[in-house]
Amino acid sequence: MTIAENTRIPAAAIDAEELARARRIRMERIGKWLMPVLVMAALLVLWDRTVVWNNIPKYILPGPGLVLQTLIKDWPLLFSALLVTLQITLMALAVAVVGGVGLAVLFTQSRWLEMSFYPYAVILQVTPVVSIAPLIFIYVDNRTVGLLLCAWLVAFFPVLANTTLGLNSADHNLRDLMRIYGATRWQKLRYLQLPSALPYFLGGLRIAGGLSLIGAVVSEYVAGTGGIGSGLAFRILEAGYRLNIPRMFAALALIAASGVVIFAGLSFLSYMLLRKWHESAIKREV
Amino acid sequence: MIPARATLPLGQRPRVLDMAGVDKTFGGNVTALRKMSLTVNEGDFISLLGPSGCGKSTALRLIAGLMLPTTGRINWQGGQGTGDLGVVFQEPTLMPWATVAQNTYLPFRIRGQSYTSVKPQIEETLRLVGLENFRNAYPRELSGGMKMRVSIARALVTNPRLILMDEPFAALDEITRHKLNNDLLALKAQTGCTVVFVTHSVFESVFLSDRILVMAARPGRVIRELTVGAPYPRDELFRTSPEYAAHCRATSEALHEAMAETIGAQA
Repeated sequence: MTIAENTRIPAAAIDAEELARARRIRMERIGKWLMPVLVMAALLVLWDRTVVWNNIPKYILPGPGLVLQTLIKDWPLLFSALLVTLQITLMALAVAVVGGVGLAVLFTQSRWLEMSFYPYAVILQVTPVVSIAPLIFIYVDNRTVGLLLCAWLVAFFPVLANTTLGLNSADHNLRDLMRIYGATRWQKLRYLQLPSALPYFLGGLRIAGGLSLIGAVVSEYVAGTGGIGSGLAFRILEAGYRLNIPRMFAALALIAASGVVIFAGLSFLSYMLLRKWHESAIKREV
Repeated sequence: MIPARATLPLGQRPRVLDMAGVDKTFGGNVTALRKMSLTVNEGDFISLLGPSGCGKSTALRLIAGLMLPTTGRINWQGGQGTGDLGVVFQEPTLMPWATVAQNTYLPFRIRGQSYTSVKPQIEETLRLVGLENFRNAYPRELSGGMKMRVSIARALVTNPRLILMDEPFAALDEITRHKLNNDLLALKAQTGCTVVFVTHSVFESVFLSDRILVMAARPGRVIRELTVGAPYPRDELFRTSPEYAAHCRATSEALHEAMAETIGAQA
């Protein structure tokens, strides 16, 4: 037998270990989606049976079926409320991105700016928004602007902190190379620092997405005024006063679903931007 | 295309830069480099060889203009402009988000030249380093040796007057290192580039250089200058020649001297 023949492995020659590995990978791929769905189904059944067998009145704990019915019945009301909340959330996220990235870029351009203002960014972050929100609604007349400001306060810090870290973690040899080639400050930022910061920024963005929803909901609670143009948080409060527990659950489900959608959307964006080059988005063979 | 510079015999080559009596002191008390003098001529391949802490990397950073000398001067013949220098670090130092071609384009990009205007140089350089089929690959898809080739391509692409290499092959395996050493000499033959090369390998320095500066540590200084007279091109046969062995022995002895002086300075 020649060496060439020896090295030519027929496609069918997969040993038992490889076969087991392939099977395991296939099972895990299905399981990743199937298992959470099964857990969800089991919990819903458990919830439903608990309500039915114990005759729990619906103003204490409604069953999942009733929550779904309420969601459909109250859809026009809840959906318009959802849109209001989502609008505040997305606007806050946008402002957090612009503000966070803008501040981070300024901070890396000037050590003095960073030394002067970074502590105050931290103070804004660590002060609970619920404690500032009432003041904000006293001084800011426009309700939307007030809500936006509250949500922004919660959301901007992860973007700022992560982007600053990213801008500062550009490879030091590449920095030297930029200097040797006589790159301007702007070129260094554009060709080196911003791309280096992208994975960090996207990590911060995912956190900020969830936080801006939290910020929007919390500030609605504080703002509290109702009527047309109220968000989901107000609908929950209102339903609570009226002991309309099924609607509270329906609104809660919508908020949770929005959070999941925002997280999934941002994760997908992150994957698309990084899939070609960054370790976090690369699938390894083994 | 990259115009090849004809390499003249030693002694007839035009000057690139002069380094005269350069000292570098850190924090007022740590002398990283003492009285370093070095003349680089066009087409030279100079190795700085020595134990760690002998200031060879400091010397390179001084030439690169990343540090200023404490005393002494570094004079570029006819002044220095951007694009006079190419640098290869110990790590490939590539931008992971950019393809091989985009990484090679970087020095031109900083000079404000459009990609289309320098595409021929980029293609030619990638062909020289043997990566013409990988121009659209990302660094993570390449092996260690190939990444180093990209790094060399980036340093070569502007046809700089001087290329600085800071232990570029130290992290590679022996087989890849030999291959890249051979290829580096082939590149030198084709482009006539001038190289100052930092290494701690006796064999590498003898194989590549026409001059070797052996350095000692604490304080970092040049203790011996050796000339390797063997003509280029040097090939695999040179590695097994008695001449090569003799140069290695002489260089090793100089290095031992450097080590002994370092220990002496400590005591």
